[in-house]
Amino acid sequence: MLISCQDIWKIYRLGDVEVQALRGVSLDITRGEFVAVMGASGSGKSTLMNIVGCLDLPTKGGYWLDGLDVARAGQDELAEIRNRKIGFVFQNFNLIPRTSALENAQLPLFYRGLSLREQRARAASALARVGLSGREQHYPAQLSGGQQQRVAIARALVSAPSILLADEPTGNLDTESSREIMKTLERLNQEDGITVILVTHEKDIAAYALRQILVKDGQVVSDRSGTPHALPLTPHG
Amino acid sequence: MGAFLLLTIMTAFRILSRNRLRAGLTMLGIIIGVGAVIAMVSIGEGAKAAVRAQVASMGTNVIIVLPGATTVGGVRGAQGSAVTLTMADALDFKKKIPLLSETAWSKRDVMQVVAGNKNWNVPVNGISPGYLTIRDWSYSSGGPITQVDMDAGARVALIGQTVVENLFELGEEPVGSAIRIKNVPFKVVGVLAPKGQSAQGSDQDDIVFIPFTTAERKVLGTQFLGSVGALFASTDHPEDLPAAVEAIRDVLRARHRLQPDQPDDFTIRTQVDIGKVQEGTSHTLTLMMFAVASISLLVGGIGIMNILLVSVTERTREIGVRMAVGAKRRHILAQFLIEAMTLSLVGGIVGILFGVVGARATTMLAGWPTIISAESILIAFLFSLAVGLFFGLYPANKASRLNPIEALRYE
Repeated sequence: MLISCQDIWKIYRLGDVEVQALRGVSLDITRGEFVAVMGASGSGKSTLMNIVGCLDLPTKGGYWLDGLDVARAGQDELAEIRNRKIGFVFQNFNLIPRTSALENAQLPLFYRGLSLREQRARAASALARVGLSGREQHYPAQLSGGQQQRVAIARALVSAPSILLADEPTGNLDTESSREIMKTLERLNQEDGITVILVTHEKDIAAYALRQILVKDGQVVSDRSGTPHALPLTPHG
Repeated sequence: MGAFLLLTIMTAFRILSRNRLRAGLTMLGIIIGVGAVIAMVSIGEGAKAAVRAQVASMGTNVIIVLPGATTVGGVRGAQGSAVTLTMADALDFKKKIPLLSETAWSKRDVMQVVAGNKNWNVPVNGISPGYLTIRDWSYSSGGPITQVDMDAGARVALIGQTVVENLFELGEEPVGSAIRIKNVPFKVVGVLAPKGQSAQGSDQDDIVFIPFTTAERKVLGTQFLGSVGALFASTDHPEDLPAAVEAIRDVLRARHRLQPDQPDDFTIRTQVDIGKVQEGTSHTLTLMMFAVASISLLVGGIGIMNILLVSVTERTREIGVRMAVGAKRRHILAQFLIEAMTLSLVGGIVGILFGVVGARATTMLAGWPTIISAESILIAFLFSLAVGLFFGLYPANKASRLNPIEALRYE
């Protein structure tokens, strides 16, 4: 089991009000899966993804990632786990401005303390995998939205992570670019066996995934597997 | 770690070069502060060196004993007129105080000196031969007054450069020629090498030396045989001066039969005391300028802190991304500290250049001596580094404590 969440609770305190963002979520994801996590805003899906992405810790419950007990990790350990196990792709790309595509893709390796030569070689090959050879020295502002998102995917891939966590990766893209990005993710999942977790609220985007999880009111209300592009999504009664 | 540091420093420079105007304005405080420190310290050091040179022209490790409680002045006028020191005092210290390498005595008065058809009023000093050694006089021509001259009461004289200029024609050789002091004929045996101004500003070259015995018997007269105007002593090492001063005080008090409750009837001064007054002035000046420069550095540091806080806010999302891909707190801390130190160091280096140019300009325009020491440059360099580190700490810490989730969502 790559990901194992057991009865995860996340409780925030806003003054006197207690907000239960997650209320006992249990979830297992195996290596090589392509999972879409869906849910309305405020459903708790972002909180769940922050925990799965090791950006946040659960208030209660256990989370094991690739055998590591994440729920008990300290801040530096979490950073280390994110660095080695997780590749993030964000809705708004989040590339560092006025910094070349190559240097953006290098970023995770930079914090791993690899030699400059190795950082560059691995970043260049990651850019090649997303079809951006020859664009290494371009700045984000010189690239289209789809290309920027592919730089972000290269940055996520460069550290050879266990999971690629894509949070609304097509939210800021036109239909054609969206399709390209989803094809890229699909290819990485099928050809390289990378586990992809996709957060989206668009059904046609979620349809690329082989498994769809619906989060509502801090709980998983539906968890279905099926062939892509075929399965109609209906929540549990 | 090496690659991390190198890349972070490169990134810091790139960020600076992107916002040149902003970086320049931020560094201005540091540039002015460091420039001021370098310029002021070099002016201060130059002044100190000038004072030291003047003090050194008095001779090395000199102790001067003057009669009477001269510091009390008018109140004790009756005693002031009393002559309390004698050559016997000097001979006694020489015997009793092994620390002293040389002792001497002198007596002086301003009198008219005549050569040919010219005359000049000049302080005439009757001296014992040791005096010339203690005060470090050398000769531009001729030679010293010797013990033989002293014993014989010879009518020989040494004259200073100013006296030569006033009594002799240009190119005329004074050594061997005759002068008259208070109508007593003397032969010039030597011309003293010039010393210039004393620490008090008087012309040390406007002087005539004759043997003490001759002065006492034939020129200056005396109240009683062996009474002197001042005693001089010297030690081999400057650190022996305080002990020697105490020893002289004890010997003199005993010889003058002073009771423990009676004040000294003499004043002892050392070259160090004289130098201290002068150095004290320039030291105060240096301190004041240091204070001004420090305020400027403080302002510069606050400028750096301010701009870094702006930068942390502007780059919140970037910090979030860096944390998401695995930057630990210390990586973010190091990144912003390095940016702060790059700002302050570049400012410091520019400031050092301005300071050096400023000091040179001061020497050229105002004619003040300046000394640019490697030490002051090193201190300025380290100081600007410290300013960057200190004022970068708060913004860098703030950046490193950002919550990655909130930072990623920051608009």
